[in-house]
Amino acid sequence: MDLKFLVGIFLAAILTENYILNKFLGICPFLGVSKKLNTAVGMSCAVTAVMVIATAVTWPVYTYVLVPNDLSYLQTIVFILIIAALVQLLEIILRKYMPPLYNALGIYLPLITTNCAVLGVTMLVLEKGAADPNFGYVASLVNAFGAGIGFLVAMVLFAGVRERLELCDIPKFLRGLPITLIAASLVAVSFLGFNGIVDRLTA
Amino acid sequence: MAKNLVHEFTKGIIKENPVLRLMLGTCATLAVTTAASNAIGMGLATTFVLVCSNAAISLLKKVIPDKVRIPAYITIIAGFVTIVQLLVKAFQPSLDKALGVFLPLIVVNCIILGRAEMYASKNRVLPSIVDGLGMGVGFTAALLAMGIIRELLGAGTVFGLPVLSGFMDPIIIFLLPPGGFFVFGILVAIAGKLSEEGKAPETMGCASCPLASSCSKLQEARKKEGVES
Repeated sequence: MDLKFLVGIFLAAILTENYILNKFLGICPFLGVSKKLNTAVGMSCAVTAVMVIATAVTWPVYTYVLVPNDLSYLQTIVFILIIAALVQLLEIILRKYMPPLYNALGIYLPLITTNCAVLGVTMLVLEKGAADPNFGYVASLVNAFGAGIGFLVAMVLFAGVRERLELCDIPKFLRGLPITLIAASLVAVSFLGFNGIVDRLTA
Repeated sequence: MAKNLVHEFTKGIIKENPVLRLMLGTCATLAVTTAASNAIGMGLATTFVLVCSNAAISLLKKVIPDKVRIPAYITIIAGFVTIVQLLVKAFQPSLDKALGVFLPLIVVNCIILGRAEMYASKNRVLPSIVDGLGMGVGFTAALLAMGIIRELLGAGTVFGLPVLSGFMDPIIIFLLPPGGFFVFGILVAIAGKLSEEGKAPETMGCASCPLASSCSKLQEARKKEGVES
Protein backbone atom coordinates (compact mmCIF):
# COMPACT_ATOMS: atom_id res chain seq x y z
CA MET A 1 0.00 0.00 0.00
CA ASP A 2 1.46 3.28 -1.18
CA LEU A 3 1.73 5.86 1.58
CA LYS A 4 1.38 8.72 -0.89
CA PHE A 5 -1.89 7.25 -2.08
CA LEU A 6 -3.23 7.15 1.48
CA VAL A 7 -2.09 10.70 2.26
CA GLY A 8 -3.81 11.83 -0.93
CA ILE A 9 -7.06 10.14 0.13
CA PHE A 10 -6.81 11.69 3.59
CA LEU A 11 -6.22 15.22 2.33
CA ALA A 12 -8.85 14.92 -0.38
CA ALA A 13 -11.42 13.84 2.21
CA ILE A 14 -10.67 16.93 4.27
CA LEU A 15 -10.28 19.60 1.63
CA THR A 16 -11.75 18.86 -1.78
CA GLU A 17 -14.40 16.34 -0.79
CA ASN A 18 -15.36 17.97 2.48
CA TYR A 19 -18.45 16.11 3.64
CA ILE A 20 -20.32 19.17 4.83
CA LEU A 21 -19.30 21.90 2.43
CA ASN A 22 -18.93 19.87 -0.71
CA LYS A 23 -21.10 16.78 -0.39
CA PHE A 24 -23.85 18.21 1.82
CA LEU A 25 -23.73 15.35 4.30
CA GLY A 26 -24.32 16.09 7.97
CA ILE A 27 -25.89 19.50 7.50
CA CYS A 28 -28.18 19.13 10.54
CA PRO A 29 -25.36 19.02 13.14
CA PHE A 30 -23.46 21.58 11.09
CA LEU A 31 -26.28 24.09 11.57
CA GLY A 32 -27.45 22.80 14.93
CA VAL A 33 -24.38 22.48 17.14
CA SER A 34 -21.92 24.88 15.53
CA LYS A 35 -23.00 27.77 17.72
CA LYS A 36 -20.24 27.27 20.26
CA LEU A 37 -16.72 26.13 19.67
CA ASN A 38 -16.55 23.47 22.39
CA THR A 39 -19.80 21.73 21.40
CA ALA A 40 -18.71 21.84 17.77
CA VAL A 41 -15.42 20.10 18.66
CA GLY A 42 -17.17 17.51 20.87
CA MET A 43 -19.70 16.63 18.22
CA SER A 44 -17.04 16.36 15.51
CA CYS A 45 -14.87 14.04 17.62
CA ALA A 46 -17.84 11.77 18.29
CA VAL A 47 -18.73 11.77 14.58
CA THR A 48 -15.14 10.97 13.58
CA ALA A 49 -14.98 8.04 16.00
CA VAL A 50 -18.31 6.61 14.84
CA MET A 51 -17.38 7.08 11.17
CA VAL A 52 -14.15 5.12 11.51
CA ILE A 53 -15.68 2.34 13.63
CA ALA A 54 -18.75 2.08 11.39
CA THR A 55 -16.59 1.82 8.26
CA ALA A 56 -14.38 -0.75 9.98
CA VAL A 57 -17.44 -2.94 10.56
CA THR A 58 -19.61 -2.32 7.48
CA TRP A 59 -16.81 -2.79 4.94
CA PRO A 60 -16.09 -6.45 5.83
CA VAL A 61 -19.78 -7.17 6.35
CA TYR A 62 -20.60 -5.90 2.87
CA THR A 63 -17.60 -7.47 1.13
CA TYR A 64 -17.54 -10.86 2.85
CA VAL A 65 -21.17 -11.44 3.85
CA LEU A 66 -23.57 -9.50 1.65
CA VAL A 67 -21.84 -9.69 -1.74
CA PRO A 68 -20.98 -13.43 -1.75
CA ASN A 69 -24.57 -14.23 -0.75
CA ASP A 70 -26.06 -11.94 -3.40
CA LEU A 71 -27.67 -9.77 -0.75
CA SER A 72 -26.12 -6.43 -1.65
CA TYR A 73 -29.58 -4.89 -2.03
CA LEU A 74 -29.94 -5.20 1.75
CA GLN A 75 -27.08 -2.72 2.16
CA THR A 76 -29.25 0.16 3.41
CA ILE A 77 -31.08 -1.83 6.10
CA VAL A 78 -28.00 -3.70 7.30
CA PHE A 79 -25.81 -0.60 7.45
CA ILE A 80 -28.27 1.56 9.36
CA LEU A 81 -28.84 -1.22 11.87
CA ILE A 82 -25.10 -1.76 12.30
CA ILE A 83 -24.61 1.96 12.88
CA ALA A 84 -27.48 2.15 15.37
CA ALA A 85 -26.14 -0.86 17.27
CA LEU A 86 -22.58 0.49 17.23
CA VAL A 87 -23.65 3.84 18.59
CA GLN A 88 -25.52 2.14 21.41
CA LEU A 89 -22.56 -0.11 22.15
CA LEU A 90 -20.13 2.78 22.12
CA GLU A 91 -22.36 4.69 24.50
CA ILE A 92 -22.51 1.76 26.95
CA ILE A 93 -18.75 1.12 26.80
CA LEU A 94 -17.89 4.78 27.26
CA ARG A 95 -20.28 5.14 30.17
CA LYS A 96 -18.85 2.07 31.90
CA TYR A 97 -15.12 2.41 31.30
CA MET A 98 -14.44 6.01 30.34
CA PRO A 99 -16.79 8.27 32.28
CA PRO A 100 -14.84 11.49 31.57
CA LEU A 101 -14.97 10.85 27.84
CA TYR A 102 -18.61 9.87 28.13
CA ASN A 103 -19.38 13.13 29.87
CA ALA A 104 -17.66 15.01 27.09
CA LEU A 105 -19.05 13.15 24.07
CA GLY A 106 -21.95 11.07 25.35
CA ILE A 107 -24.67 13.59 24.71
CA TYR A 108 -23.83 13.72 21.02
CA LEU A 109 -23.97 9.99 20.48
CA PRO A 110 -27.75 9.53 20.17
CA LEU A 111 -27.82 12.24 17.52
CA ILE A 112 -25.26 10.44 15.42
CA THR A 113 -27.40 7.42 14.50
CA THR A 114 -29.43 9.55 12.14
CA ASN A 115 -26.50 11.60 10.92
CA CYS A 116 -26.36 11.11 7.19
CA ALA A 117 -22.60 11.72 7.10
CA VAL A 118 -21.95 8.42 8.90
CA LEU A 119 -24.19 6.31 6.66
CA GLY A 120 -22.92 8.33 3.70
CA VAL A 121 -19.25 7.61 4.35
CA THR A 122 -19.82 3.85 4.73
CA MET A 123 -21.60 3.77 1.37
CA LEU A 124 -19.33 6.16 -0.51
CA VAL A 125 -16.14 4.25 0.37
CA LEU A 126 -17.72 1.11 -1.08
CA GLU A 127 -18.63 3.03 -4.23
CA LYS A 128 -15.04 4.21 -4.53
CA GLY A 129 -13.79 0.71 -3.87
CA ALA A 130 -15.95 -0.60 -6.71
CA ALA A 131 -14.52 2.00 -9.09
CA ASP A 132 -10.87 1.56 -8.12
CA PRO A 133 -9.47 -1.86 -7.13
CA ASN A 134 -6.60 -0.16 -5.23
CA PHE A 135 -9.12 1.36 -2.86
CA GLY A 136 -9.25 -1.40 -0.25
CA TYR A 137 -9.98 -1.73 3.44
CA VAL A 138 -7.13 0.46 4.69
CA ALA A 139 -7.89 3.17 2.16
CA SER A 140 -11.55 3.10 3.23
CA LEU A 141 -10.59 3.56 6.86
CA VAL A 142 -8.26 6.43 5.99
CA ASN A 143 -11.03 8.00 3.94
CA ALA A 144 -13.49 7.69 6.83
CA PHE A 145 -11.00 9.24 9.24
CA GLY A 146 -10.29 12.06 6.81
CA ALA A 147 -14.01 12.66 6.36
CA GLY A 148 -14.35 12.98 10.14
CA ILE A 149 -11.43 15.42 10.34
CA GLY A 150 -12.92 17.38 7.44
CA PHE A 151 -16.16 17.52 9.41
CA LEU A 152 -14.19 18.86 12.39
CA VAL A 153 -12.45 21.49 10.27
CA ALA A 154 -15.69 22.74 8.77
CA MET A 155 -17.45 22.80 12.16
CA VAL A 156 -14.64 24.69 13.89
CA LEU A 157 -14.29 27.22 11.09
CA PHE A 158 -18.00 27.77 11.01
CA ALA A 159 -18.31 28.09 14.79
CA GLY A 160 -15.86 30.97 14.54
CA VAL A 161 -17.89 32.59 11.77
CA ARG A 162 -21.08 32.25 13.81
CA GLU A 163 -19.55 33.78 16.91
CA ARG A 164 -18.75 36.80 14.75
CA LEU A 165 -22.27 36.82 13.33
CA GLU A 166 -23.75 37.18 16.81
CA LEU A 167 -22.29 40.67 17.03
CA CYS A 168 -23.46 41.87 13.64
CA ASP A 169 -26.42 44.03 12.78
CA ILE A 170 -28.35 41.79 10.42
CA PRO A 171 -31.40 42.83 8.36
CA LYS A 172 -34.47 41.63 10.19
CA PHE A 173 -35.79 39.11 7.72
CA LEU A 174 -32.41 37.41 7.38
CA ARG A 175 -31.91 36.94 11.11
CA GLY A 176 -31.42 33.44 12.43
CA LEU A 177 -31.12 30.62 9.98
CA PRO A 178 -31.09 32.51 6.64
CA ILE A 179 -27.94 34.48 7.48
CA THR A 180 -26.34 31.32 8.83
CA LEU A 181 -26.94 29.59 5.51
CA ILE A 182 -25.57 32.54 3.56
CA ALA A 183 -22.47 32.52 5.79
CA ALA A 184 -22.15 28.77 5.12
CA SER A 185 -22.31 29.56 1.42
CA LEU A 186 -19.33 31.91 1.74
CA VAL A 187 -17.34 29.32 3.73
CA ALA A 188 -18.15 26.82 0.96
CA VAL A 189 -16.83 29.27 -1.65
CA SER A 190 -13.50 29.34 0.15
CA PHE A 191 -13.35 25.54 0.08
CA LEU A 192 -13.89 25.60 -3.69
CA GLY A 193 -10.43 27.14 -3.83
CA PHE A 194 -8.92 23.79 -2.83
CA ASN A 195 -10.10 22.14 -6.07
CA GLY A 196 -7.28 20.26 -7.71
CA ILE A 197 -4.77 20.98 -4.96
CA VAL A 198 -4.58 17.38 -3.73
CA ASP A 199 -4.06 15.91 -7.19
CA ARG A 200 -1.14 18.28 -7.67
CA LEU A 201 0.35 17.50 -4.28
CA THR A 202 0.31 13.74 -4.69
CA ALA A 203 0.91 13.52 -8.45
CA MET B 1 -63.29 14.79 9.78
CA ALA B 2 -62.87 15.80 6.16
CA LYS B 3 -62.01 19.34 7.19
CA ASN B 4 -59.40 18.03 9.61
CA LEU B 5 -57.87 15.93 6.88
CA VAL B 6 -57.67 18.93 4.57
CA HIS B 7 -55.90 20.80 7.36
CA GLU B 8 -53.47 17.91 7.92
CA PHE B 9 -52.70 17.99 4.23
CA THR B 10 -52.26 21.72 3.72
CA LYS B 11 -50.24 22.48 6.84
CA GLY B 12 -47.22 20.72 5.37
CA ILE B 13 -47.15 22.89 2.29
CA ILE B 14 -46.32 26.32 3.71
CA LYS B 15 -47.03 26.78 7.38
CA GLU B 16 -45.15 23.71 8.56
CA ASN B 17 -43.18 23.14 5.41
CA PRO B 18 -40.70 20.45 6.47
CA VAL B 19 -37.75 21.95 4.63
CA LEU B 20 -38.28 25.69 4.82
CA ARG B 21 -39.94 25.97 8.22
CA LEU B 22 -39.03 22.88 10.25
CA MET B 23 -35.50 22.58 8.83
CA LEU B 24 -35.74 18.86 8.28
CA GLY B 25 -34.05 16.95 5.47
CA THR B 26 -31.64 19.75 4.63
CA CYS B 27 -28.91 17.46 3.30
CA ALA B 28 -31.04 16.02 0.52
CA THR B 29 -32.49 19.44 -0.25
CA LEU B 30 -29.09 21.01 -0.79
CA ALA B 31 -27.51 18.10 -2.59
CA VAL B 32 -29.99 17.02 -5.26
CA THR B 33 -31.42 20.37 -6.34
CA THR B 34 -28.92 21.07 -9.09
CA ALA B 35 -31.66 20.27 -11.63
CA ALA B 36 -35.44 20.51 -11.43
CA SER B 37 -35.98 16.94 -12.64
CA ASN B 38 -33.73 15.52 -9.89
CA ALA B 39 -35.66 17.57 -7.34
CA ILE B 40 -38.97 16.03 -8.47
CA GLY B 41 -37.53 12.52 -8.48
CA MET B 42 -36.13 12.91 -4.96
CA GLY B 43 -39.37 14.52 -3.76
CA LEU B 44 -41.54 11.71 -5.08
CA ALA B 45 -39.25 8.99 -3.72
CA THR B 46 -39.29 10.60 -0.28
CA THR B 47 -43.07 11.11 -0.40
CA PHE B 48 -43.57 7.43 -1.15
CA VAL B 49 -41.40 6.37 1.78
CA LEU B 50 -43.03 8.94 4.04
CA VAL B 51 -46.59 7.81 3.28
CA CYS B 52 -45.79 4.10 3.56
CA SER B 53 -43.76 4.40 6.76
CA ASN B 54 -46.33 6.70 8.37
CA ALA B 55 -49.05 4.16 7.57
CA ALA B 56 -47.02 1.18 8.81
CA ILE B 57 -45.89 2.90 12.01
CA SER B 58 -49.37 4.13 12.77
CA LEU B 59 -50.68 0.57 12.38
CA LEU B 60 -47.93 -0.85 14.57
CA LYS B 61 -47.89 1.86 17.23
CA LYS B 62 -49.43 -0.42 19.87
CA VAL B 63 -47.13 -3.35 19.04
CA ILE B 64 -43.80 -1.52 19.20
CA PRO B 65 -42.48 -1.19 22.75
CA ASP B 66 -41.62 2.35 23.67
CA LYS B 67 -37.99 1.59 24.53
CA VAL B 68 -36.98 0.25 21.13
CA ARG B 69 -39.23 2.44 19.04
CA ILE B 70 -36.47 4.42 17.30
CA PRO B 71 -34.61 1.31 16.00
CA ALA B 72 -37.97 -0.22 15.04
CA TYR B 73 -38.94 2.90 13.10
CA ILE B 74 -35.57 3.01 11.39
CA THR B 75 -35.92 -0.62 10.31
CA ILE B 76 -39.40 -0.01 8.87
CA ILE B 77 -38.21 3.09 7.04
CA ALA B 78 -35.11 1.29 5.73
CA GLY B 79 -37.36 -1.43 4.32
CA PHE B 80 -39.41 1.06 2.32
CA VAL B 81 -36.27 2.88 1.19
CA THR B 82 -34.90 -0.39 -0.19
CA ILE B 83 -38.16 -0.87 -2.14
CA VAL B 84 -37.80 2.62 -3.62
CA GLN B 85 -34.13 2.01 -4.43
CA LEU B 86 -34.96 -1.15 -6.35
CA LEU B 87 -37.89 0.50 -8.18
CA VAL B 88 -35.87 3.55 -9.21
CA LYS B 89 -32.94 1.38 -10.31
CA ALA B 90 -35.28 -0.74 -12.45
CA PHE B 91 -37.44 1.95 -14.05
CA GLN B 92 -35.42 5.20 -13.88
CA PRO B 93 -31.73 4.26 -14.08
CA SER B 94 -30.71 7.81 -15.06
CA LEU B 95 -32.41 9.22 -11.95
CA ASP B 96 -30.65 6.55 -9.88
CA LYS B 97 -27.31 7.79 -11.22
CA ALA B 98 -28.18 11.45 -10.60
CA LEU B 99 -29.30 10.94 -7.01
CA GLY B 100 -26.49 8.51 -6.21
CA VAL B 101 -25.91 7.95 -2.52
CA PHE B 102 -28.76 10.30 -1.58
CA LEU B 103 -31.36 7.73 -2.58
CA PRO B 104 -30.38 5.26 0.18
CA LEU B 105 -29.82 8.23 2.46
CA ILE B 106 -33.59 8.86 2.49
CA VAL B 107 -33.44 6.47 5.43
CA VAL B 108 -31.74 9.07 7.61
CA ASN B 109 -33.83 11.96 6.28
CA CYS B 110 -35.09 13.51 9.50
CA ILE B 111 -38.46 14.33 7.91
CA ILE B 112 -39.45 10.68 7.90
CA LEU B 113 -38.26 9.76 11.38
CA GLY B 114 -39.54 13.10 12.62
CA ARG B 115 -43.07 12.53 11.31
CA ALA B 116 -43.02 8.96 12.61
CA GLU B 117 -42.09 10.16 16.08
CA MET B 118 -44.17 13.34 16.17
CA TYR B 119 -47.28 12.26 14.28
CA ALA B 120 -47.72 8.68 13.13
CA SER B 121 -46.93 7.16 16.54
CA LYS B 122 -49.76 9.15 18.11
CA ASN B 123 -52.44 9.26 15.42
CA ARG B 124 -54.68 6.91 13.49
CA VAL B 125 -53.85 5.47 10.11
CA LEU B 126 -55.83 7.75 7.79
CA PRO B 127 -54.66 11.07 9.27
CA SER B 128 -51.10 9.69 9.33
CA ILE B 129 -51.25 8.88 5.63
CA VAL B 130 -52.65 12.34 4.84
CA ASP B 131 -49.98 13.93 7.04
CA GLY B 132 -47.29 12.00 5.18
CA LEU B 133 -48.77 13.04 1.85
CA GLY B 134 -48.93 16.71 2.85
CA MET B 135 -45.38 16.73 4.20
CA GLY B 136 -44.21 14.91 1.07
CA VAL B 137 -45.87 17.47 -1.18
CA GLY B 138 -44.36 20.31 0.87
CA PHE B 139 -40.93 18.67 0.61
CA THR B 140 -41.31 18.18 -3.14
CA ALA B 141 -42.50 21.76 -3.61
CA ALA B 142 -39.53 23.19 -1.71
CA LEU B 143 -37.11 20.98 -3.63
CA LEU B 144 -38.74 21.92 -6.92
CA ALA B 145 -38.53 25.65 -6.17
CA MET B 146 -34.85 25.30 -5.32
CA GLY B 147 -34.19 23.06 -8.30
CA ILE B 148 -35.82 25.49 -10.72
CA ILE B 149 -33.96 28.51 -9.33
CA ARG B 150 -30.58 26.78 -9.31
CA GLU B 151 -31.02 25.22 -12.74
CA LEU B 152 -32.29 28.46 -14.26
CA LEU B 153 -29.49 30.62 -12.89
CA GLY B 154 -26.75 28.02 -13.00
CA ALA B 155 -27.36 26.39 -16.36
CA GLY B 156 -29.93 28.64 -18.03
CA THR B 157 -32.40 25.78 -18.45
CA VAL B 158 -35.54 24.51 -16.73
CA PHE B 159 -36.20 20.75 -16.93
CA GLY B 160 -33.42 20.66 -19.52
CA LEU B 161 -35.13 23.17 -21.85
CA PRO B 162 -33.06 26.26 -22.63
CA VAL B 163 -34.74 29.39 -21.28
CA LEU B 164 -32.04 31.97 -20.81
CA SER B 165 -29.93 31.21 -23.88
CA GLY B 166 -28.90 34.48 -25.57
CA PHE B 167 -30.43 36.51 -22.77
CA MET B 168 -27.79 36.06 -20.11
CA ASP B 169 -24.87 33.77 -19.37
CA PRO B 170 -25.42 31.03 -16.78
CA ILE B 171 -23.87 31.70 -13.38
CA ILE B 172 -22.20 28.39 -12.71
CA ILE B 173 -21.70 28.93 -8.99
CA PHE B 174 -25.41 28.32 -8.45
CA LEU B 175 -24.85 24.68 -9.43
CA LEU B 176 -21.91 24.37 -7.02
CA PRO B 177 -22.31 23.81 -3.27
CA PRO B 178 -22.10 27.53 -2.27
CA GLY B 179 -25.03 28.35 -4.55
CA GLY B 180 -27.06 25.66 -2.83
CA PHE B 181 -26.50 27.18 0.61
CA PHE B 182 -27.23 30.67 -0.71
CA VAL B 183 -30.50 29.87 -2.51
CA PHE B 184 -31.64 27.83 0.49
CA GLY B 185 -30.93 30.73 2.86
CA ILE B 186 -32.94 33.14 0.73
CA LEU B 187 -35.85 30.69 0.41
CA VAL B 188 -35.93 30.13 4.17
CA ALA B 189 -36.07 33.89 4.69
CA ILE B 190 -38.95 34.21 2.20
CA ALA B 191 -40.90 31.31 3.71
CA GLY B 192 -40.45 32.83 7.17
CA LYS B 193 -41.72 36.15 5.89
CA LEU B 194 -44.72 34.56 4.17
CA SER B 195 -45.91 32.35 6.99
CA GLU B 196 -45.47 34.71 9.92
CA GLU B 197 -45.40 38.34 8.99
CA GLY B 198 -42.95 40.25 11.13
CA LYS B 199 -41.80 37.39 13.31
CA ALA B 200 -38.20 36.35 12.83
CA PRO B 201 -37.81 32.90 11.30
CA GLU B 202 -37.16 30.07 13.72
CA THR B 203 -33.49 29.94 14.51
CA MET B 204 -32.81 26.25 14.46
CA GLY B 205 -34.76 23.05 14.14
CA CYS B 206 -32.79 21.10 16.73
CA ALA B 207 -36.02 21.00 18.74
CA SER B 208 -37.81 19.32 15.86
CA CYS B 209 -35.18 16.61 15.62
CA PRO B 210 -36.73 13.28 16.64
CA LEU B 211 -33.92 12.66 19.07
CA ALA B 212 -34.06 16.07 20.68
CA SER B 213 -36.04 14.82 23.65
CA SER B 214 -33.58 12.08 24.54
CA CYS B 215 -30.72 14.42 23.79
CA SER B 216 -31.93 17.18 26.10
CA LYS B 217 -32.82 14.60 28.74
CA LEU B 218 -29.25 13.40 28.68
CA GLN B 219 -28.06 16.94 29.00
CA GLU B 220 -30.25 17.51 32.04
CA ALA B 221 -29.10 14.25 33.59
CA ARG B 222 -25.55 15.32 33.05
CA LYS B 223 -26.15 18.63 34.75
CA LYS B 224 -27.76 16.88 37.72
CA GLU B 225 -24.86 14.48 38.05
CA GLY B 226 -22.50 17.42 37.92
CA VAL B 227 -24.36 19.12 40.75
CA GLU B 228 -24.41 16.00 42.91
CA SER B 229 -20.81 15.07 42.41
